[in-house]
Amino acid sequence: MSSTTNSHKIDTSKLDEIIKEYEGKKSNLIAILQKVQEVYRYLPEDAMIYIGTKMEGLSPATVFGVATFYAQFSLEPKGKYEIKVCDGTACHVRGSMPVLNAIKARLDLKDGQLTTDDGLFSLETVSCLGACGLAPVVVINGKVYPQMTSDAIKIVLDTLLKEDR
Amino acid sequence: METTTLNIDIKSEQQKAQAEIKAQGLRVLVCAGTGCVANGSLKVIEKFKELGADVSVLTDYDKMTIVPTGCHGFCEQGVLVVIPDKHVTYVKVKVDDVEEIYESHIKNDKPVERLLYVDPITHEHVMDDEHINFYAKQTRTALANCGNINAESIDEAIAVRGYEALSNVLKQNDPEAVIAEIEKSGLRGRGGGGFPTGRKWRFTAANRGGKSYIVCNGDEGDPGAFMDRSVMEGDPHKLLEGMAIAAFAIGADEGYIYVRAEYPLAIKRLRKAIADAEERHYLGKNIMGSDFSLTIHIKEGAGAFVCGEETALMASIEGERGMPRPKPPFPANKGLFGRPTLINNVETLANVPVIMLKGADWFASLGTETSKGTKTFALTGEVNNTGLIEVPMGTTLRQIVFDIGGGIRGGKKFKAVQIGGPSGGCLTEEHLDLPMDYDSLIKAGAMVGSGGLVVMAEDTCIVEVARFFMNFTQHESCGKCVPCREGTKNMLRILEKIVAGKGEMKDLDTLEELAQSVKEGSLCGLGKTAPNPVLSTLKYFRDEYIAHIKDKKCPAGVCTAMKKIVIVPELCKGCTKCARTCPVGAIDGVVKQPHHINQEKCIKCEACLTNCPFKAIVLE
Repeated sequence: MSSTTNSHKIDTSKLDEIIKEYEGKKSNLIAILQKVQEVYRYLPEDAMIYIGTKMEGLSPATVFGVATFYAQFSLEPKGKYEIKVCDGTACHVRGSMPVLNAIKARLDLKDGQLTTDDGLFSLETVSCLGACGLAPVVVINGKVYPQMTSDAIKIVLDTLLKEDR
Repeated sequence: METTTLNIDIKSEQQKAQAEIKAQGLRVLVCAGTGCVANGSLKVIEKFKELGADVSVLTDYDKMTIVPTGCHGFCEQGVLVVIPDKHVTYVKVKVDDVEEIYESHIKNDKPVERLLYVDPITHEHVMDDEHINFYAKQTRTALANCGNINAESIDEAIAVRGYEALSNVLKQNDPEAVIAEIEKSGLRGRGGGGFPTGRKWRFTAANRGGKSYIVCNGDEGDPGAFMDRSVMEGDPHKLLEGMAIAAFAIGADEGYIYVRAEYPLAIKRLRKAIADAEERHYLGKNIMGSDFSLTIHIKEGAGAFVCGEETALMASIEGERGMPRPKPPFPANKGLFGRPTLINNVETLANVPVIMLKGADWFASLGTETSKGTKTFALTGEVNNTGLIEVPMGTTLRQIVFDIGGGIRGGKKFKAVQIGGPSGGCLTEEHLDLPMDYDSLIKAGAMVGSGGLVVMAEDTCIVEVARFFMNFTQHESCGKCVPCREGTKNMLRILEKIVAGKGEMKDLDTLEELAQSVKEGSLCGLGKTAPNPVLSTLKYFRDEYIAHIKDKKCPAGVCTAMKKIVIVPELCKGCTKCARTCPVGAIDGVVKQPHHINQEKCIKCEACLTNCPFKAIVLE
């Protein structure tokens, strides 16, 4: 990881491209923001302001309102590896919390801290990934890790750390 | 109304598709649903394909075809490999097992016993679905094709009568007859509310003439439910066909499927299915040569549970914050973009083609007096066979948990099930023989909801579970209605207090009072049902709440605040291992002398307990 990404330089031509892809339609705002987040791994403030000013029928405030309503959007940079711990009912009953705590301990994340200092990992809980038969489940960058335990997740994280070096 | 002549003969398309399947030779079905993919099914598929290149070894077939299917439902046993012609279902297949299956069973007709399912009660190996209780006791209609066809092939969908119902409906060209048939079937909304589907269609059809929309609610947010995901992943064409029939009935020409962003595979398969169907003219302009057109779009959600509520869902499709609004106006009159809109859940729509094919009478013959047909349940938690099941409405809880589910894991005692997720309630031992239908469940203080069934055993703390659900709904409350926003927050605060061992008896009255206000003062289903888990657990497990409050004890031994880890001095040899293991330095003592745990420092991680070589450390 070269640097943390708190002050992203916004490439407006990239934003224009995304807006155009969705025909500049207000009703596609969520999809547009999803695309922007895919590019930057979060929603930079400048990008939201640009979209809110550029697109018809929107204001930066509306864009900000939508961005803060949905759990998927992050206003802070996410890590290179996005860890999602499922805390749906089935996962909760089968012990997702010890797994979450093990991740926090391994990555040295303090309470309320979402992304590691080096910007490598970010951690969040999600309500249900619909893979209840495999509970408890952890998803890292889209890959599903089934039937996790606090020991198993440590091995997963260690492997990722090793790969990254 | 005059009948329409179509330019596509679905029957001959069907025969063509069936012949193609026959030509595939020996079909090996490998589950490629989210669960099995996580367990490595894509590698299993690769390996099979590699081996299958050498077809000379097959005696009765000139070919072997590996079919990646949708979810088989038995996710925990994945990767599932089914060879229908050999009457076998293999479970927990790993890539290294593939060669053995190929050599032993496919080439030499000798089943690989170690990969067969073992019945949790009789401990015997079971060959195929017909004899695995998990499958044998189900009646699959909405899920009929899930796991049996290639989920990404429109031909395989057509071979199992896909789009036949749509073709019949278009030929007959009588929307009123379609609505009447759905009404007669008694189908009710499978997303939770249980509103009669036919009536909803009729309301929307009354506004026929201008622009109308059909919307499929695939925002399956209820934690612990995944039936809609399975249908979208495993049999996407059935959903599209159901939508097309509904759109025809109400006069809509544009539709949206709103899918949770957490379901990427479902989104991918639906996109492919839509493209394939459009290419064949089963969707799009002038479907099958008729006057009827329908364009279907996919809208991805962005992680907001409240968007499962229909008015919030429409706001989200329009690109806004997904907040519910008061009804009326109902979506049937003024819905998406201000136009008449029909919103149905995935499972509801998946039932439509079957009803139109087999008839309303057939459908109504399944189920109970007021709840017709079958219902899918996501069976999870402390049960031996977890997975997705489909049974006739009115099946008892006992049949589901003990016959299909194979009983409680590890021989533990059944305590309760939580049905309907954060909106539902709990059912206890006394409800084991309760028929699972809309009305019986409401009477028992629970609801079908979307069909999540989380089984809890004796070591699950019911107060903790109530806290868990309240935490969920509080988090997901959109904040529009004050009673929901503030009420759930306060209810959560009280529950947290109780599980932390700081509760007072008057808290229980406050909980009940708040629950009433939240129920009455909230606009949408989220708030109206949010207190249900608390109310029903208070009703059936009040003792456990009282134990937490008065005795400062968690009867299930779950709540950490009430746990006390102690060293039994008589058993302690003073080996110092525990003191060295303790991550917070809470244990002190002298070598060869009994040690002591400082309770103020102890974080109850149980590291000492698991590491003590003399079993001298116990949980109190």
